[in-house]
Amino acid sequence: MAIEYLTQDRAPILEALEKMKAARLVPFDVPGHKRGRGNRELAEFLGQDCLDVDVNSMKMLDNLCHPISVIRDAEKLAAEAFGAANSFFMVGGTTSSVPGEKIILPRNVHRSAINALILCGATPVYVNPQVDERLGISLGMKTSEVIAAMEKNPEAKAVLVNNPTYYGICSDIESLTKAAHARGMKLLADEAHGTQLYFSSKLPKSAMSVGADMAAVSVHKSGGSLTQSSILLTGENINTGYVHQIINLTQSTSASYLLMSSLDISRRNLALHGEEIFNGVIDLVEYARDEINSLGGYYAYGRELIDGDAVFDFDITKLSIYTRTIGLAGIEVYDILRDDYDIQMELGDIANILAYISIGDRKKDIERLVSALADIKRNYRKDPSKLLKMEYIDPIVDATPKEAFYAKKKSLPLEETIGETAAEFLMCYPPGIPVLAPGERVTREILDYIRYAKRKGCQITGPEDMTIRRLQVIRKGNSDFYTNP
Amino acid sequence: MELWFTEQHTPNVRFSIKVDKQLFSETSEFQRIDIFESAEFGRILVLDGRVQITEKDEFVYHEMITHVAMCVNPAIKKVLLVGGGDGGTARELLKYDTIEKIDLVEIDAMVVEACRKFIPQTAGCLDNPRVHIFFEDGLKFIRRVENEYDLIIVDSTDPFGPGEGLFTKEFYGNCYHALTADGIMVNQHENPYYSRDAVAMQRAHKRIVNSFLISRVYQCHIPTYPSGHWLFGFASKKFHPISDVDFKRWKSLNLQTKYYNTKLHRGAFSLPTYVEKLLREVEEN
Repeated sequence: MAIEYLTQDRAPILEALEKMKAARLVPFDVPGHKRGRGNRELAEFLGQDCLDVDVNSMKMLDNLCHPISVIRDAEKLAAEAFGAANSFFMVGGTTSSVPGEKIILPRNVHRSAINALILCGATPVYVNPQVDERLGISLGMKTSEVIAAMEKNPEAKAVLVNNPTYYGICSDIESLTKAAHARGMKLLADEAHGTQLYFSSKLPKSAMSVGADMAAVSVHKSGGSLTQSSILLTGENINTGYVHQIINLTQSTSASYLLMSSLDISRRNLALHGEEIFNGVIDLVEYARDEINSLGGYYAYGRELIDGDAVFDFDITKLSIYTRTIGLAGIEVYDILRDDYDIQMELGDIANILAYISIGDRKKDIERLVSALADIKRNYRKDPSKLLKMEYIDPIVDATPKEAFYAKKKSLPLEETIGETAAEFLMCYPPGIPVLAPGERVTREILDYIRYAKRKGCQITGPEDMTIRRLQVIRKGNSDFYTNP
Repeated sequence: MELWFTEQHTPNVRFSIKVDKQLFSETSEFQRIDIFESAEFGRILVLDGRVQITEKDEFVYHEMITHVAMCVNPAIKKVLLVGGGDGGTARELLKYDTIEKIDLVEIDAMVVEACRKFIPQTAGCLDNPRVHIFFEDGLKFIRRVENEYDLIIVDSTDPFGPGEGLFTKEFYGNCYHALTADGIMVNQHENPYYSRDAVAMQRAHKRIVNSFLISRVYQCHIPTYPSGHWLFGFASKKFHPISDVDFKRWKSLNLQTKYYNTKLHRGAFSLPTYVEKLLREVEEN
């Protein structure tokens, strides 16, 4: 059922699902809810239309593990829309894995990137991100430092770049791509927060536009598709068959058509109306930034952070607000907004809150946020000198994430782990960037930070012990130091 | 031919008025605006399918949202009216010569335009030099103001449309700071009868109780509003709405009203038991 003329106003998966509905098939296949008839409560909650298309792979709907018709067409259209050679629909979140022994990456990556290192066994070479002392956020990587890391590790297979970070900061991905390619390395981009870069001329450059090799794009974040759906983009020099094999190692064989059709429909919407949509988002965020800055006390930062290096560019669709000057940790403002004002922010860290503004937001909701911040400043303001400042801690790497994760371990009370090598993650969520990754040494500084973040109300995640009183560390001194995974 | 306007009061309840003709129908940036002519209720202003005012019964709402607070503190000079683009509340306020200025903040210029043209009974007063109209989101207007108004009247649509932001803690909190030390805020509170509206009423009440020292609820009867039973919130930094009131002074002003009187003022704060219970539930936690 290949479509003859593939154009961006088509949505092959959506069209195939509509045909399937019209055919009124008798479903002697999974899923067992059988278009919701077997689970009325679910159908009432999600809606009949939703359950009608929660179906399994079948001839007319193609198969994500081995796409040859409508999914392949939808992926072709997505590749074209994003300016990539190929694209792969992902329905298990944006975790991709690559072969190779060494990979150069900034330490402020999302835990999913380090998870990928655990799965594939690659050794991370960390380039410490620059830190903005005042805002307490990690910035991008300095081009010179990445190049130094490339020179020092010429056998590295790839460089990973956040484009942008959660807070909207971009490294010079164009120069980094050139530098990587000159040394035979691949340039991989984590564009979990970067869908919009592909559809607006007012935003930083996207990975594919500068010739990067792979980019993982979480379309569900700013692109409007359903939670968990994303697209992996690849450039010309990536072997697509091999990428498929790798994806199939971790991806479900019963891929959800709800997720895939949401990618298809979102891609169509973005390709046809993306520029207009993100112009609208930019206007909303610029308005919010001006209003919040005019309140005094808060700092909603923007393009003025750009320094041509560690902040090579800034994604102005991101609304991050620095709160320490009113004497409140970001996480405290985050909690007050949710508990007292019914406003749910994307994240609160030690010094900032972040509002995710997208396609679906309205001016009147921005007014609510700004007014709530004005009210909070009046009612909760405290002495800012009592707040802890640090955010980024340079890691000491004792072992690769994979070695540490699969090593023989012992569980210790958190307080007794100083000097030991962690075998687990420790992080505040969100943003989900590890404070401690498997293979890194536990220090007093890290424990102080964790205790402080916990007291301020951050959600600490990672360890097997959900109460975060104990941490697993590598058991040393044995001949069989590492077990075989 | 019969032409009927129907409002869905709940998914299961409809309220219909026989209409003679439609005088106006436009969709603004914020909502759909319709004005009908009817035999029973005269001209009717409808926003997003919900009746806002009718010429026949608007006096109840407009008198009750205005005179209770004005009787409590006759010294009120500066008033902020949030919403109320139809002009009815401004008309009642203008009965007091002692009021120096009324700032009317209406989000939708088209509502004012349409009412000026078709409902002069309420909008006719909007050219009065004491009335200053700002076309802006009330939530935005209020956050820049401090210690400015003696009275704020929140004459909004229901909390499911453009007026949504006016039923929030951030709005009431900012109102508190925009009021002087003697300040009073009156809020239209929806009906306590239908469950969705009752929940909205409870939420609004809870937010106000958290922000103001004195917070009481009073009622009236409006034939064309859902359930016909309507509540207002009276919130104040200083004055109790009954025990701190000099009713004789208000009587001496000799103002003409059709619904409001000082006896009714006292009585309006006596609420049905189930309504008291709804309010207590949110006051206690």
